[in-house]
Amino acid sequence: MEFTNNLFYFLSFVAVLSALMVVFSKNPVHSVLYLIITFFAIAGHYILLNAQFLAAVHVIVYAGAIMVLFLYVIMLLNLNQETEPHKSTLIKLAAAISAGLLLVVFVGSIRGSEQMMVQPQQVEVGSVKDMGRVLFKEFLLPFEISSVLLLVAMIGAVMLGKNEEEGKNAS
Amino acid sequence: MTLLLFKVLLILAVFAISLFMAAYSTYAERKVAAFMQDRLGPDRAGPFGLLQPLADGLKLFMKEEITPEVSNKFLFVLGPSLFMITALMTGVVIPWGNLLNIDGINYSLQITDINIGILYVFGVVSIGVYGIMIGGWASNNKFSLLGAIRASAQMISYEVAMGLSIIALVMMTGTLSLKEICEYQAGGVGGNWNFWNVVYQPLSFLIFMICAFAECNRAPFDLPECETELVGGYHTEFSSMKLGLYLFAEYINMFISSATMATLFFGGYNFPFMHDLGLSQNAITIIGTGVLFGKIIFFIFFFMWIRWTIPRFRYDQLMNLGWKGLLPLAIGNLLITGLFILLNNRG
Repeated sequence: MEFTNNLFYFLSFVAVLSALMVVFSKNPVHSVLYLIITFFAIAGHYILLNAQFLAAVHVIVYAGAIMVLFLYVIMLLNLNQETEPHKSTLIKLAAAISAGLLLVVFVGSIRGSEQMMVQPQQVEVGSVKDMGRVLFKEFLLPFEISSVLLLVAMIGAVMLGKNEEEGKNAS
Repeated sequence: MTLLLFKVLLILAVFAISLFMAAYSTYAERKVAAFMQDRLGPDRAGPFGLLQPLADGLKLFMKEEITPEVSNKFLFVLGPSLFMITALMTGVVIPWGNLLNIDGINYSLQITDINIGILYVFGVVSIGVYGIMIGGWASNNKFSLLGAIRASAQMISYEVAMGLSIIALVMMTGTLSLKEICEYQAGGVGGNWNFWNVVYQPLSFLIFMICAFAECNRAPFDLPECETELVGGYHTEFSSMKLGLYLFAEYINMFISSATMATLFFGGYNFPFMHDLGLSQNAITIIGTGVLFGKIIFFIFFFMWIRWTIPRFRYDQLMNLGWKGLLPLAIGNLLITGLFILLNNRG
């Protein structure tokens, strides 16, 4: 138990530190790399909660696919300090306020969940079988709706890409 | 012998065997190429040129190490290291053999059997892309960057079709653990009829194999290091053992993907008549491991055979094949498998 606790603190430390480094590092490529470290620390937390399936999917989808695309775009754009557009104080203020409101919402939603603590060693919340059962029995409708949402986003992306090409051909 | 000691020995053995197989794959590749082109191949170092991999390794260590002036030093070293680490990490979940009985205790010849084994392999492989991307970017060379971007786009595209082809297999066997998938195929021809997965899922195997070629950046999909267009691709700026790590890791990836293919589709350590010859458990395990390595060596040979037979694709052809050919095929295979399972359960 002692070991698990220490591991939890270590992973949390890594996650928070690298999340801070995402914001503070000057080079956008370094930011993305720090974000990947953050994702790995969070995957470690999933494993501590006995949810190996979630951890694997988290690494495959977020660290393995989405962040590669991020890195891809940033490398192609070759962003550096000179090309970064100057942001006005108003935009900075608006960003700070909206991010602060998001923080309040997060804290509010997490509050009260202390009573719902689960003992990860006793229940297999994150195994493939339990995940499947919960998703396809209790949460079938939200699950299907979110898959439709992803499909809509995908079709939207295809449409955006297509329109541009047709416009070029027309002109 | 305690379990911990056995596991440590097993990890060291898998590590050593991976490196050995990778080293001798380079030798085999040159010999196979020579055979296909009616040449002799390396034959100077040792009998039949068997010491050639050692000579190559020594040469790579002795070469001058060049770090480009403008590149990011840390990331420049991190790139090849990460690629090598991830290549070596995948061997952990592959069942190299069945249970070995020593002094009445059963030891499994698999380092760890996690219940999401195949997903672990996918996760590690998807991290491997970073090794190429970071190395290519940190080189600060446009050819390296183009190679790195090609590699990442290719690997992500083919991972999708690869994952979908595996889902059909997982639906059939009902598990994600490589050990259980392997045991599902036990027996074979003989007393109880039980075929390897490739008999039930030939299309899935074909898609998986083509994607494995693309994931390993092997010809005909070796566009990330296409000499005619990109000098050397993502490792243009790398020299000495850093280049060696990239090249070496590619061969380890080839070894591991051969092992994965053998385990998933060709019965792993199972062989026909395994329960009918009246052999003891240890004998079956040892023969089984030998059989698994035979299958792996066949697949490595197959990789080389393809490399020296089929010319390189063009990049748009590669993307068309991945997204318009293999992906719909994998989804179709998934639907048909689902239909069969549904009908079988009804009947």
